[in-house]
Amino acid sequence: MRWGFGRTRYSISAGLYAIGTPSSDSPVLVTANYKMTFDILRRDMHGHDAWLLVLDTKGVNVWCAAGKGTFGTDEIVRQVQKTRLQQLVNHRILIVPQLGAPGVAAHKVSKACGFKVVYGPVRSSDLPQFLANGQTATPAMRRVSFTFKERLILTPVELVSMWRQTMWSVLVLFILGGIGIHIFSFTAAFNRGGAAILTGVLGLLAGAVLTPLLLPWLPGRIFAIKGAIAGLAVGFLGVILLRDSLNWLNSLALIMAVSAVSSWCAMHFTGSSTFTSPSGVEKEMRKAIPAQAAALLVGGLCWIATAF
Amino acid sequence: MSNLRYLENVVTLELDVEKCIGCGMCAEVCPHGVFVIEERKARIVERDACIECGACAGNCPVEALTVKAGVGCASAIINGWLTGEEPSCDCGGSC
Repeated sequence: MRWGFGRTRYSISAGLYAIGTPSSDSPVLVTANYKMTFDILRRDMHGHDAWLLVLDTKGVNVWCAAGKGTFGTDEIVRQVQKTRLQQLVNHRILIVPQLGAPGVAAHKVSKACGFKVVYGPVRSSDLPQFLANGQTATPAMRRVSFTFKERLILTPVELVSMWRQTMWSVLVLFILGGIGIHIFSFTAAFNRGGAAILTGVLGLLAGAVLTPLLLPWLPGRIFAIKGAIAGLAVGFLGVILLRDSLNWLNSLALIMAVSAVSSWCAMHFTGSSTFTSPSGVEKEMRKAIPAQAAALLVGGLCWIATAF
Repeated sequence: MSNLRYLENVVTLELDVEKCIGCGMCAEVCPHGVFVIEERKARIVERDACIECGACAGNCPVEALTVKAGVGCASAIINGWLTGEEPSCDCGGSC
């Protein structure tokens, strides 16, 4: 599942669920119908009694669904009414995960269905302590983190999300690789195209695996620059390792292409990160994309020139 | 907490102190500690940590906060450019 295969079908039915043996005084936890979210919540609440009000977020996690508005005020009100929650519990409190807040207006929920929204912790693993503290979160429970481990588990899905671009690139590189003094040769397509594809894979690994892992230590704040630096390092390393079989044109092509691809992939990691703003990403992209295109063009021209 | 920071002076977050009633909802929902409540008023203390998620503005009962909310995601913004619509992360798989 962490690779993203079948992720869009990985959902459960919306509605009301029970953890343990809840009573009419037990807390009501609101969540999304992404199965991974639901399973982690159940695991973290093991041994406690609670009601789970699962919203229909089309199988998307709480934070992303809140960004789209599917985890939101209207859906909460709809599920509260559909499940007749007011007849089931004595209290009038909904515990909503804090990362659902971008889609929810607490005061509007309360006006529409009489239930008061209390924002719970960011991580469901803090829920037992949050409940034990009388439904209050410590400042640490309210902050989003982005640790090495959290970045590591995102890299597989990052690679898979690039597959469509990768397939097109492979095709184009084979065709371009075949062009040379013989006009077109299949041997050249495999040899030169293969080398170019390996270059692309190096860029992909530098930008979508190495950059996320080394994120805090790569210089600068701009993801595209972090990726370009990782790509430059990998490209130089490649040139040093292959110094006997590369001339200066090949070497320049390798370094330019790896840096450009790495920078592009790193820029896309903004979407997986927890601390980027849309205004910032747009600003970064307007500057980075022309530079990436220029580097790729220089690299590509050098590579094609080596065929003649 | 990790100290990863993004670009400076880009976010669209604005607080109208006149309207603010100091209820503290913004400080509660913000995942990056942008706000503190002092003398019954909210104050922006970590402006550059803001990710423009829109949670504070949506949960402010007196509409004292405005922000051009969205997702900080390159794929979403490219989608927005290509389709001419607001950026969204309906990119099939990744979000």
